[in-house]
Amino acid sequence: MGHDQKYIDKKNYEVVGTRFNRPDGIDKVTGKARYGADASAPGQLVGRVLRSPHAHASIVKINVSKAEKLPGVKAIITSADLPDLTGQDQGLADILENCMARGRALYDGHAVAAVAAVDEQTAAKALKLIDVKYKKLPHVTDVDAAMCESAPVIHDRIITRGIEPKPTKPSNIAARTQMGHGDVEAGFAEADVVIEKSYKTEQTHQGYIEPHACLASVNPDGTAELWVTTQGHFVFRNVCASLLGLDIAKLKVTSSEIGGGFGGKTHVWVEPVALALSRKANRPVKLVMGRDEVFRATGPTSSTSIDVKMGAKKDGTITAAVAEMRYQGGAFPGNWAMLGCMTAFACYDIKNNESIGWDVVVNRPKVAAYRAPSAPMAAFAVESTIDELAKEIGMAPIDMRLKNVAREGTLAPYGPTYGPIGIEHTLKAVKDHPHMRAKLKKNQGRGVACGFWFNIGGQTCTDLNIGVDGTVNLTLGTVDVGGSRSSMAMIAAEELGIPYEQVRANIADTTSLGHNDMTEGSRGTFSSGMATVFAARDAIGVLKQRAAKMWGITEEDVIWENGQAIATGDSHGNLPPLSLKEIAAKAGRTGGPIAGHNEVVADGAGMGFASHICDVEVDPETGRSTIIRYTVVQDAGKAINPDYVEGQFQGGATQGIGWALNEEYIYGDDGCLQNPGFLDYRIPVCSDLPFIDTQILEVPNPLHPYGIRGVGETSIVPPLAAVGNAIANATGVRMSHAPMSPPRVLAAIDTLEHAS
Amino acid sequence: MRVSLSSTFELDNGPGGSVSVHAETIADIMVSLTERYPNFEQLLDRGVAVSINGQIYRDDWTQPIPADAEVFLIPRIEGG
Repeated sequence: MGHDQKYIDKKNYEVVGTRFNRPDGIDKVTGKARYGADASAPGQLVGRVLRSPHAHASIVKINVSKAEKLPGVKAIITSADLPDLTGQDQGLADILENCMARGRALYDGHAVAAVAAVDEQTAAKALKLIDVKYKKLPHVTDVDAAMCESAPVIHDRIITRGIEPKPTKPSNIAARTQMGHGDVEAGFAEADVVIEKSYKTEQTHQGYIEPHACLASVNPDGTAELWVTTQGHFVFRNVCASLLGLDIAKLKVTSSEIGGGFGGKTHVWVEPVALALSRKANRPVKLVMGRDEVFRATGPTSSTSIDVKMGAKKDGTITAAVAEMRYQGGAFPGNWAMLGCMTAFACYDIKNNESIGWDVVVNRPKVAAYRAPSAPMAAFAVESTIDELAKEIGMAPIDMRLKNVAREGTLAPYGPTYGPIGIEHTLKAVKDHPHMRAKLKKNQGRGVACGFWFNIGGQTCTDLNIGVDGTVNLTLGTVDVGGSRSSMAMIAAEELGIPYEQVRANIADTTSLGHNDMTEGSRGTFSSGMATVFAARDAIGVLKQRAAKMWGITEEDVIWENGQAIATGDSHGNLPPLSLKEIAAKAGRTGGPIAGHNEVVADGAGMGFASHICDVEVDPETGRSTIIRYTVVQDAGKAINPDYVEGQFQGGATQGIGWALNEEYIYGDDGCLQNPGFLDYRIPVCSDLPFIDTQILEVPNPLHPYGIRGVGETSIVPPLAAVGNAIANATGVRMSHAPMSPPRVLAAIDTLEHAS
Repeated sequence: MRVSLSSTFELDNGPGGSVSVHAETIADIMVSLTERYPNFEQLLDRGVAVSINGQIYRDDWTQPIPADAEVFLIPRIEGG
């Protein structure tokens, strides 16, 4: 899709760029909105899952006979009820095994059996009657420990990829990745200052307020329905159909309203289990996870261990940079360290750089994406080290970043040469921002950090139907996770030349529209925005045909302007314009319904860059850090509804601040999660934070008709380092372990004081 | 044209490097490499995206490739 210059040149949009309340807002604040747990069906059963209490164990035997005899129990399933239909697809086989353990429990919380019963109490009682005989196996939950030769090997099938000669023995290291360019040794030889540091980040969860929930109903004829909270119901349909041996067309999946996903609802966890229970019971089954299940068994992000070495000249030029990054993917292999390698140095033009990544498996839940997956941890290490370099040579950190900033023409660390990118714009905006000149008080410090994320597009399909009263139904297939229904309605209104209120956007179920990829990778507004533009233009073509028929002139003599058809040419000059409403009213007599449609592979997503400013106050007696002021500057390409763009910036920053200061999975020596609840796993709440200030930059993406770039993920990348840099400037101690919780900060301050 | 490979990819001569391909579209590249290198199919299964002059294309194999374009095969990424 080429860029439509007319829209970049257009300075005054009628609808796009303004602020409207979201159409789903009233339902959400009044409690009418229907989430994953809000569906019901006649005769529905309650589904519950039995989970492993061990970090790693062989499942010697599962005896369900007592539970089956309990009155009210209608079905019990184990892995035997989910036969392996995945063929040679190891990725799909991993998903199946994660949904239900197959001979071994691989982490605390791994599903081993499930029950469908007439009510909650009966289901809970039945779980207690299932007798599982385990044989405990050695476990490992720490990423560094898992790489040791002495570590228990979790999968005999894993032979490390990316090493020559190829290893002959299995290990927990799934893959080694290396990328970069130049000669790092020569680069370090040029440097006046070299800083080398090691960092750790702990595992965090996306922390969506709505737990996973679904209502599944499978019929004996092979048809099935699934109501589910998800970021992508079309993908869920395909995965569930593959795992259960259903025909894709016979499985209807409807996405509920979603109470947050951030990457965690891109994977199936309990949905195949609910479908299998329903198939066995021949009744609908509703399965809602508890919060402890969400923490123990659904995808958190990786914990990491990262070494960084960077060298610079006295003038601030970074001459060389090396990062070695170890990411754990839970009990199944992922490519999380590879993503760390691709993003670590992406904001900078570093002549000599090298990133080495190690993807490792441990006895923890299967890792899932979390907003710009893997980038925040790499940025924490790199951006912290850049501040240390700047301090060492006596240069302002913002100036050092600007001196080395990546621009169009810079060689990206993952290989290609950058096209137009916006990191320099964000850094200059940060430097000029009043926040940078605000005075700080005692025990307060300011930190700046940058972040990068790719953003993606993907398969997208959209329908636009015009009613006889001139109102418009826009039918979308990308789940609305951040207000995209309103943004899409705005785009349709802009194209058609009608008021926003005349358009109603809805999310279709999987039987009503062509395939749409997951709403992930900041693609919702980018991709569906593109499809909506083209669907509206398709409909405008039909409207012009109908107007021509109504006038009895040729279509070529009709143009569309400001929501109406206008007859052009000398012979038609006296014809009054026909509005969309007038044309729609006559649709039945001029050819039938008026609609537009588009299916597209929305490639060409513009990359996302952001720079953040953080002011923090650290209590030297307790080590508690309080965010005093926070500013996000990010390139949005074009903000369709600035409210929602700002909301994404603020949401990402908030989650990053939680990751920086409080959030972490804490495992005991037994390999079991000790804090699977919001009381002990503390995410930030409104009273913890100031209002997060935002500045939207608009550097148009040349491959989108409106110049849109994704904005959903990048804002979580800089906060860990921005907070760490602010704490360093407030206290004089460099925190190298996130979260930078009060005990860790206090210990670091004490160590510094004792040393001095 | 020269098609460069990310160092995460290996054909028959170690990680990274580049190959010469006659191609007008992304699909031409994929077909050519699949025919020439038996293990390329496995790379496709793992996920391959194409950077053309710095712009990343993950899915649209009909995308034309301008003459003298910088073409890079990189891992196909997803997001959160």
